[in-house]
Formats: sequence, C-alpha cells, structure tokens
Amino acid sequence: MELCSFLTLDSFITDPLTHDFMRKALLMSSLVAAVCGFLSSYLTLKGWALMGDAVSHSVMPGVVVAYALGLPFSLGAFIFGVGSVALIGFIKQKSRVKEDTVIGLVFTGFFALGIVLVSKIKSNIDLHSILFGSPLGISLSDVKQTIFISLLVVILLSIFRKDLMLYCFDPRHAKTVGINVFFLHYLLLTCLSLAAVVGLQSVGIILVVAMLITPGATAYLLTDKFDNMTIISVLSAIISSLMGIYISFWFDLETGGSIVLAQTFIFLFAFLFAPRYGIFKLKKFFAGYK
Amino acid sequence: MDTTNYQNFRIDAENICVDYNGKVALYDANLRLKPGQICGLVGMNGAGKTTFFNALTGFVNISKGKIRINGESVRSAQKDQTIAYVPQNEGIDSQFPVNVWDVVMMGRYGSMNIFRCPRESDIQAVKDAIERVDLTDHLSTPIGNLSGGQRKRTFLARAIAQRASILLLDEPFSGVDIRTEKLISELFIQFKNEGKTILLSTHDMIHVREFCDLVLLINKTVVAYGETSEVFTPENITTTFGGISPDFLFGPES
Repeated sequence: MELCSFLTLDSFITDPLTHDFMRKALLMSSLVAAVCGFLSSYLTLKGWALMGDAVSHSVMPGVVVAYALGLPFSLGAFIFGVGSVALIGFIKQKSRVKEDTVIGLVFTGFFALGIVLVSKIKSNIDLHSILFGSPLGISLSDVKQTIFISLLVVILLSIFRKDLMLYCFDPRHAKTVGINVFFLHYLLLTCLSLAAVVGLQSVGIILVVAMLITPGATAYLLTDKFDNMTIISVLSAIISSLMGIYISFWFDLETGGSIVLAQTFIFLFAFLFAPRYGIFKLKKFFAGYK
Repeated sequence: MDTTNYQNFRIDAENICVDYNGKVALYDANLRLKPGQICGLVGMNGAGKTTFFNALTGFVNISKGKIRINGESVRSAQKDQTIAYVPQNEGIDSQFPVNVWDVVMMGRYGSMNIFRCPRESDIQAVKDAIERVDLTDHLSTPIGNLSGGQRKRTFLARAIAQRASILLLDEPFSGVDIRTEKLISELFIQFKNEGKTILLSTHDMIHVREFCDLVLLINKTVVAYGETSEVFTPENITTTFGGISPDFLFGPES
C-alpha cells in the first residue's frame, strides 16, 4: 500500500518528514554521524579500529549502572570506556600477553558484565535498544544529552585537530617540539568514549564501531589531504545515516543495521571506484579517453 | 677541555640509563657535544641507538643520570624547539594523507599558537626550508608519492624549518638516491658552519669516516667515544659488533 508513494521521489523524501519521530531521528542521527565521522579520520589513521571496538563495547555496564542509579547514561559510559582502556594498558604492561589478546579479553569481559547486569538490575532498560540502537524512539532528555556531548566533542576536535593529526602521524616529533602527547592521547580516548556513547543511540553498542571506522576508511581511499579526508568522512557518515533511516522507514527494516549497511555500501563503492586507490582506478580510465 | 661549565656543550648526557619495564636498553652512557660538531652513533640493531635518541628528545624517561641540552633540561629544550628529530623512512607512515608542505609546516607547530595557525614568518620559514632541500617542485605532492630520498629530504626540511640547533638523524643515508646523498652531505657542511650540532646513527662505516668529527660506538653502553680518527679502529668496531671482524663489515682492507 505504501509502495504507491514510490511513484514520486518527492514523496519518498517528504512523507517520512511528516512524522515528528522521523524528523527527530533524521536530525539526531545526522548529528551523531557527523561527530563519529569527524573522529573516524583520526581513529583510522592512528590504527585504533580495535580500540574503538573495545571502548564501544566496554561502555555497556556503564550505561546499565547509570540507568539504574538515575544518572546520565553518558557519565557511566564514559567512566567504563576510559576505565577499559586503562585496564588494557595495565594488563599489557604487567603481563606477557599480546596487546590484541588483552583488548579482546577486556572488552568482552566488560560487555558480558553489562549483559549480566541488565538481567539482574530491576529497571526499565530495554536491552534491545542498547544493543541495536533506537534512533526512532529517542527521548527528550537523550536528545539534550546527545546535543551537548556532540558539541563538546566537535569543539575539542576542532581546537586540537592539527595537534591530533600530528600525534597520529609522528608522536615523536610532537613530543620533541614540546607538544603534550600524553594529553593528546587521553583527549583522543575521551572523544572516542563520548562518541561511542552518542553513537550507540543510533546504531547500538554492537555496531557503533562501524560509525567510528567506516567513514574514515572510505575517506582514506578518496583523498590524499587530511582536511579533505575529515570533510569526506563527515559527509559520508551523514549521507549514510539519512539513507539508512529512509530505507528502514520504507522497507520496515532495523534502523541501526540499515545505517551501517549504507556506510558499508559507500565504502565498497569507494573501494571499487576511488579515482586513485580504487580497484578500477577511474582516473586512469577517464584519462585514457582524453 | 674538561670543564664543568655546561653552557659549552650543546648536548651533555651523563651516565644515563634507560629501561623498559625492567629491561635495560641503555646504561651508563655519556656524550658531550659542542656547537658545530658532527657525531656518528654506531652500533648493532638493538644496541640502544634509537633509545639514545629517545632519551635526548624526552620521548622516553631516563631512569638514572642527567641530560643537559644547552645547559638546560630536556623539558625546556622541547619548549625552545632546540632539538629536531629526523626519523628513518621506515619509522613513518608513508600513506598518511599529508603533502610535503604539511610535513614541513609541522616543524613550526611548537612555536605557533594553540590552533597552529601559520603566521607570515612560519610560511617563509617553510618555503626557505623546502628550497634548501630542493623540493620546491613538490610542495603539494602527497608523501606517499615521493621517492625514499625525497621523503628523507622532506623530513630534513622539517628540521630546518624548526630552526633547531641540534639535529638527531636516524639512518639519514639508508635507502636514498645519489642526488639526495650529495644534497645531505652539502647540508651537513652548511649546518656545521651555522654552528648546529648533529648526531646521526648509521650502519655505513664509510659515511662515518667521511662526515663525522666524533664517533660514539655503543652496545647497550658506550664502547668507545672520541675523535673518529682515534676511536674508529677495527678493534673497537669488532667489540661494538659483538666480535664480528671488521673485514666482514668493510670488505677486505685496502
């Protein structure tokens, strides 16, 4: 029945906008995507994909505990996110176990703790919405928190964007010229935890890592300039969020999964057709025609 | 010669030790260098060359000893942009999305404001530095598209733009073309005349003889240190390289 609306592209786009929850979902998801996309260029260049996965899973118990205590869930998530990284660093230093093993071990432990807590703590936490996101059912207090955290992360990243770039590229040089590398390391981790917290509302804890690495990876294939990489990363994240939400609306699909799938498709497109680094180097192809 | 006036020395490292989680990487190492001196740092892989560099730049903390840079602490040397580090080509991510201009501009970051907005003087310093290493035609070339020699020159330009008085170079001659090698050796002479102090690590014995006034042979600690002509003997080299004969390293003595 709704398929009739497909006849015009116009109504495909405008119909969902008549619903209040859809407008809110589109706006909030775009904001979250922009924040995660911004951070994404740093994480992919620093090689912190696994770290992003670890932090985003580790915030789970924090979210549950915060909900149970009536605190802002971002606070709990932040504490557990940073805590997991500290624990990873500690275990790595004090044992002979390799780093990737330690990361996998710690974040799954935290994640399991979160799941156990959900089943034990009596509250109205919806496990499904934490795991898979619920951009369509976002509450007003969540909206305020998300806007606040997003602005905070964007401001921090904007102020320190060049220092963070240098930190990712050549930390030794940064240190040599008196830049506080220790501070930058924890700044990036803090932003990662905060972005994971806002990201999990859109796509849920399990998939939030995609928001943190896929846009950056896509942009990395498309440009050789850092500033452009950031812009492309943010844009591709926003576009895939909008696409994902529209598609999930019309075809009645899980929203979080749709957003991440849209990101994956954009990445695949770049992987195949990126002008310089794609499989079918389009630039060469067109150059041949001239 | 033997004076306790630290001001005379650009680098004054006294009995420094570095360990990583209890594993000793370097112990009781000493080094004193004056303005205009070029010193070669020679040792096997894992002998502590990079650790020595890291200690001087403050990238790792020393567990014992004392380091004075121009008579002051490493921390204030960092603030004053005194030391520039030129990494090995293998030590950097060549696929990082930055171009020659961006990298050389990084040499100015330490003296810019918090947003790292380049001033007119920074732009001029970067231009001059790039000109000195002969890369003016490659300003906006991504570093991934440069040859090994061009990339090495880019990082040298970063050190020049930084206006550091001490240059630490990790394997400056490895994997570079003849043209770059010639340009680097010309720059060394200019640096020397400008009174800069250079510490370079190298595997190539011929380069030590050619460029270095002094040589520091290390194997976890200092094996020998002094004028190249006096210290760079087959015996000392053999000791440094754990008993491998210098014939093997140099080829048959001519």
